[in-house]
Amino acid sequence: MSAFRVAGPGVPHQEPQVAPPRHWRRPPPAGRPRAAGTRRWYTPWPYLLAPLALLVLFTYVPVVDMFVYSLTDWDGFSPVRNFVGAGNYVDLFTRPRFFQVLTVSLFYLAGSAVQMAVALYFATVLSFDIRFRNLFKGILFFPYLINGVAVGFVFLYFFQPGGTLDTVLGAFGVEPRLWLGDPDLVNTSLAGVSVWRFMGLNLVLFIGAIQSIPPQLYEAASLDGASRWQQFRFVIAPSIKPIISLSAILAISGALSVFEIPFIMTGGSNNSETFVIQTIKLAFNFNKVGLASAAAVVLLAIVLLVTWLQRLLVPDERVEQS
Amino acid sequence: MTGPAGAAARHDGRRDAPVRGAAARLLTYLSLVLACAVVVVPLVAILLTSLRTAGEMAAGENPLAAPGDWFNLDNYRVAFTDGQMPQALWNTAFILFFSLLGTVFVGSMTAYAVDRFRFRFKRVVMALFLVAALVPGVTTQVATYQVVNNLGVMDTHWAPILLYMGTDIVSIYIFLQFIRSIPMSLDEAARLDGATSLTVYWRVIMPLLRPAIATVVIVKGVAIYNDFYIPFLYMPSEGLGTISTSLFRFKGPYGAHWEVISAGAALVILPSLIVFLALQRFIYSGLVSGATK
Repeated sequence: MSAFRVAGPGVPHQEPQVAPPRHWRRPPPAGRPRAAGTRRWYTPWPYLLAPLALLVLFTYVPVVDMFVYSLTDWDGFSPVRNFVGAGNYVDLFTRPRFFQVLTVSLFYLAGSAVQMAVALYFATVLSFDIRFRNLFKGILFFPYLINGVAVGFVFLYFFQPGGTLDTVLGAFGVEPRLWLGDPDLVNTSLAGVSVWRFMGLNLVLFIGAIQSIPPQLYEAASLDGASRWQQFRFVIAPSIKPIISLSAILAISGALSVFEIPFIMTGGSNNSETFVIQTIKLAFNFNKVGLASAAAVVLLAIVLLVTWLQRLLVPDERVEQS
Repeated sequence: MTGPAGAAARHDGRRDAPVRGAAARLLTYLSLVLACAVVVVPLVAILLTSLRTAGEMAAGENPLAAPGDWFNLDNYRVAFTDGQMPQALWNTAFILFFSLLGTVFVGSMTAYAVDRFRFRFKRVVMALFLVAALVPGVTTQVATYQVVNNLGVMDTHWAPILLYMGTDIVSIYIFLQFIRSIPMSLDEAARLDGATSLTVYWRVIMPLLRPAIATVVIVKGVAIYNDFYIPFLYMPSEGLGTISTSLFRFKGPYGAHWEVISAGAALVILPSLIVFLALQRFIYSGLVSGATK
């Protein structure tokens, strides 16, 4: 190794060689004396200091702390906390409310499924030759950029008794309903808001994936007489599978960690409490940090489990990109 | 493949295509228009309501009826002053500026260190960032709250700034993806001229990362502007309201006055609309590159 470094004229011969693998950094071509200490073992660490400190402080410390708190009866401020073992978990799983909030997330999960199907449909449609494509895409996407509180208020007004929705549906002869007041309907309404807000993101991601399909594939398909549906089924769908499966995990973890929309619109009242609203209320309104942490640990465990299952079921061919 | 049979089949397929094709096209456009109506109608209702007077509201008109005076901006004035919008704008701008600055540095330094150097524990560092991406931030707030409390930044601007800087894995991915496309030979040339690693980072890498910086600033900026739960949890003081939390608190006193609340919501949506119209392409490509990490 060191023999090469001193070798002056030998080095240029190495240049035309096959490029080294991306991460294999050769020392800079030797020959000239290198500036002292430019590539010491510690060179990268100053750059990583701040990022790693922030990462540990705001991701790993909270995760570990949360687990520790979940084994205690801490209230969030008193200096004493007692170890209660699995007590909080037992408490959690015997509360009927716990299963109630899990049921609520099923509504959002169903909403996400609808959202992805709708997004996939419009992404396909907008990838073909359509007039006003950009206008349609822009309108369908825009809700994603709207402030969550504003979205909440827009729909509080929209769902009001005698409000916009009742008026519009009334024109088609549909009876007015208590969209947010009826405990059997409220979660469907709120999940609908969620679809309204996030469909555009899926749409843009799917369109991006569809556009990265090489056009020769379509040409070949249409030369072979493939219909639109066949083009979708055999060209588009397989090409965008990775982004669909990524969106699916995001949908599941999103459905479990819904917070903003129901919190802003109903405050979790009337049967619309979600997992995160319950956790936040336990921790900050009822000062049961121990129990809240147990709930958060369970939520995190479910999310990680889902992600792991997804990786297991749909092996991602492009994993090594990152 | 293109034997006579195949050609005939194709020909037959084409014959009734115009009729079926036209019907399909019509249905396609119909579905698009319908979906756009679903998006637009709730927003239009807010816009129309924001232009009504209290008297018109009391008369209980159809929410989609035209307002009496299209230029009645009175509700906007009330929302702007009573909703403490100037202060909210200032707080949001302050947080935006420092979080974006921090995110750009944190993301680009991480990408630089990880992509440009070979070092021990590199895989460990990468794995730490990868695993962190799987933890949804909202699930750990119970404990993050205590960390922020112990740092002594609770109820200051710095709490959200640190959180936005410290929990953003997506920006790191965007920088990483981008830095890989910058040829190593540029670094090496600079190093041969005696540049230190810091000079390479600052003079070679950063200028070339400009498009990635733009992407991160736009995508992250939109997310911060719209974020609700971090300012809500970590900045409870009235004077520290951001756009989101000020609008949220504004509803209390004006609970029944939908014309004023609508004006507040419209005021908050307007900047998003302007940014969207101006930066459409960047927003789309930024989201796409952030997701396909």
